[in-house]
Amino acid sequence: MICNMILCGVGGQGVLSLAAIIAKASLSAHLNVRQSEVHGMSQRGGEVSSHLRIGDEEIVGDLVPSGTADLIISMEPMESLRYLNYLKPNGIVITASEPVKNISNYPDVNAVYAKIAEIPGSICLEAESLAEAAGSRRASNMVLIGAASSFLPLETDGLQNAIRETFASKGESIVETNLKAFDAGRRFQNPN
Amino acid sequence: MIERVLLGDEALAQAAVDAGLSCAYGYPGTPSTEVMEYLIAASEANGFKAMWCTNEKTAYEEALGASLAGKRALITMKHVGLNASADAFVNSALLSINGGLVVCVADDPGMHSSQNEQDTRALAAFAKVPVFEPVSQQEVYDMTREAFEVSERFGVPVILRMVTRIAHSRASVRLSEKRPQNGLNKSSDKTGWMLLPATAKRNWARLLEKEKQFHSYSEESKYNTLKLTGSKIGVITGGLGGNYFRENTGDLPQELSRLHIGFYPIPAEKVRRLYESVDEILVIEEGYPVIEEQLRGLLGPGKPIHGKLDGTVVRTGELTPDNVRAALALPPRPCGSVNASDVIVPRPPALCKGCPHADTFAAVKAALAEQPQSLVTSDIGCYSLGALPPHSAIETIVCMGASVGMAKGAAEAGLYPVVATIGDSTFLHSGMTALIDCIQNNTDMTLIILDNSTVGMTGGQPTMIPSSRFEPLVRGLGVDPEHIRTIVPLPQQHDKNTAIIKEEIEHRGLSVILAVRECIETAKRRARKTK
Ligand SMILES: Cc1ncc(C[n+]2csc(CCOP(=O)(O)OP(=O)(O)O)c2C)c(N)n1
Ligand code: SF4
Repeated sequence: MICNMILCGVGGQGVLSLAAIIAKASLSAHLNVRQSEVHGMSQRGGEVSSHLRIGDEEIVGDLVPSGTADLIISMEPMESLRYLNYLKPNGIVITASEPVKNISNYPDVNAVYAKIAEIPGSICLEAESLAEAAGSRRASNMVLIGAASSFLPLETDGLQNAIRETFASKGESIVETNLKAFDAGRRFQNPN
Repeated sequence: MIERVLLGDEALAQAAVDAGLSCAYGYPGTPSTEVMEYLIAASEANGFKAMWCTNEKTAYEEALGASLAGKRALITMKHVGLNASADAFVNSALLSINGGLVVCVADDPGMHSSQNEQDTRALAAFAKVPVFEPVSQQEVYDMTREAFEVSERFGVPVILRMVTRIAHSRASVRLSEKRPQNGLNKSSDKTGWMLLPATAKRNWARLLEKEKQFHSYSEESKYNTLKLTGSKIGVITGGLGGNYFRENTGDLPQELSRLHIGFYPIPAEKVRRLYESVDEILVIEEGYPVIEEQLRGLLGPGKPIHGKLDGTVVRTGELTPDNVRAALALPPRPCGSVNASDVIVPRPPALCKGCPHADTFAAVKAALAEQPQSLVTSDIGCYSLGALPPHSAIETIVCMGASVGMAKGAAEAGLYPVVATIGDSTFLHSGMTALIDCIQNNTDMTLIILDNSTVGMTGGQPTMIPSSRFEPLVRGLGVDPEHIRTIVPLPQQHDKNTAIIKEEIEHRGLSVILAVRECIETAKRRARKTK
């Protein structure tokens, strides 16, 4: 089994830490991991994406081939649509609904939502609001991990441990906020 | 055994540490920057030296000194850095390298963050220097360790060719036992480090002899693997082309004979064996058609060779699992049916909100508003984004430092007014030398040094000298002190700054304006650190 993911958003939104946490949890679960990211020019408010591949078989390349992504996890609605060529026919898109309009020609948001809704099984949630309720808007990437958790070949507590480890150096209250945000995403996806 | 999750760049750095590195020198550049950042962080605890330098050439020469002294040294740079250090690089192949000398050069096929996609293997072949090219983070680690051995065994510099997708990708890596640093052991080869014509002739002949040994090493290398399956088509893969080939092999009707090349010069004998057993060859390599062009020389006309030159493999941009699939004549994999192209627009990068460069560009544009014949040259850094709307303030971006010399040439050809804009780090890298030419001729131009106290583009490394030393520096070089001006690029200073730029444009000789305000990202980072 190999689970392929595209993680995306806008520079500065925390896409790379989102990728790092899933990668960390995968390693603790003794899965093979390859995670590719783009640094540099594209980070100054431009589009950012990371290819993440985890699995119990050998993973030969760093890039996800088109048509093989099980999941697209996006921090921004329009960005969630940019990588659809990677999605496999029954793959799922999970995205935050809050647009980042740092460009003058941002398309009509409702057209973006309508397009997302066309993708069977897609999930569009107010990640920033949920994160804010959990204690910090900046934790919206954790909300998305929570919402994606039931689709990942990983245990919930493995992901929680990875979040704990990642934020441990920043103090207990930041760890708590991020765990709460993760939980909010998980409950959104699966209220029971 | 220790196993760690590392970026390709970090795996290279850790391998150098474990190989007994004593001195590391580099200049930042995506996607190589993380190698030196990792080394700087590890240097104190491990008792070696690691530091940023003014440019790749100074970095290269400093490493040569360390090698002469018998110590293992590493140089880090992006691909175009090898152009900047080419004089040192090409000549260093003629030396008798003493302490192992490894050059980490990170290519950027696809130009994610670069002005070209040149292939380091081509320059290495020109200089006759061996190259390792890894396909996984584990290979990055193992090859770097071996590269130091090869360098000492043959007395040559050795290149580790990285590409963006390996440099900036993470996987788990098994570390091997740490080796102690070399002791101080000054080279005893009296002529091995002196390229006078007489000694250079001898050294050149010796390099050609060594080249034969590189070829035998290449035939034996475990990174050059040949598997013959009896197929009619034979594949030669180089670098990540090998991974993307493997990604698709499950869908091929039959396993194809394949030679993968991870060590250069290419293993000619293995190539011949593959060639003899197949009817045609397909070459899939990341970068320029380096292997492909050498094959034509090696094999002559005969069986068809397909690859980048006949368009079977894409000629520009990076390889991907998808375009390699197309080269193998496999149909694309199906993907979801929703087409969203009508609701997606590009999201280009932009200067950060509050960036000092934006205020400088606004003032430059205002000062030039009524000038029909003006030229604004620029350079490489965050401020290159001044080319895009809403700024649209600059007209040239070529190579580090070019803005200064190009402004001089354009002014001397008759354009007026000519303004050059250059970042502080870029100025020190390669702009300063051209400024001396301008001073000598009192060229009618205005140079604006965008002094934001940092190398912003590559993540905020410190500029080599503090902000306060730029004014004495340009004065010391000989710029007329009356025409050295300082502005603070802030919105509330816009009118004042515009007036100063106008005054200096009207001065029909050389002026230098220092636009001094710290990069806001670096300021934020500094604030977080001191908190
Ligand atoms: C020869 C070469 N080396 C390195 C680079 C990578 N690079 C691009 S811009 C830059 C530095 C920019 O720093 P600075 O001039 O201070 O401008 P800032 O980004 O801070 O605005 C570097 C290192 C390059 N393009 N070419
Ligand atoms: S990182 Fe600094 S120099 Fe670069 S765009 Fe942002 S504020 Fe400007």
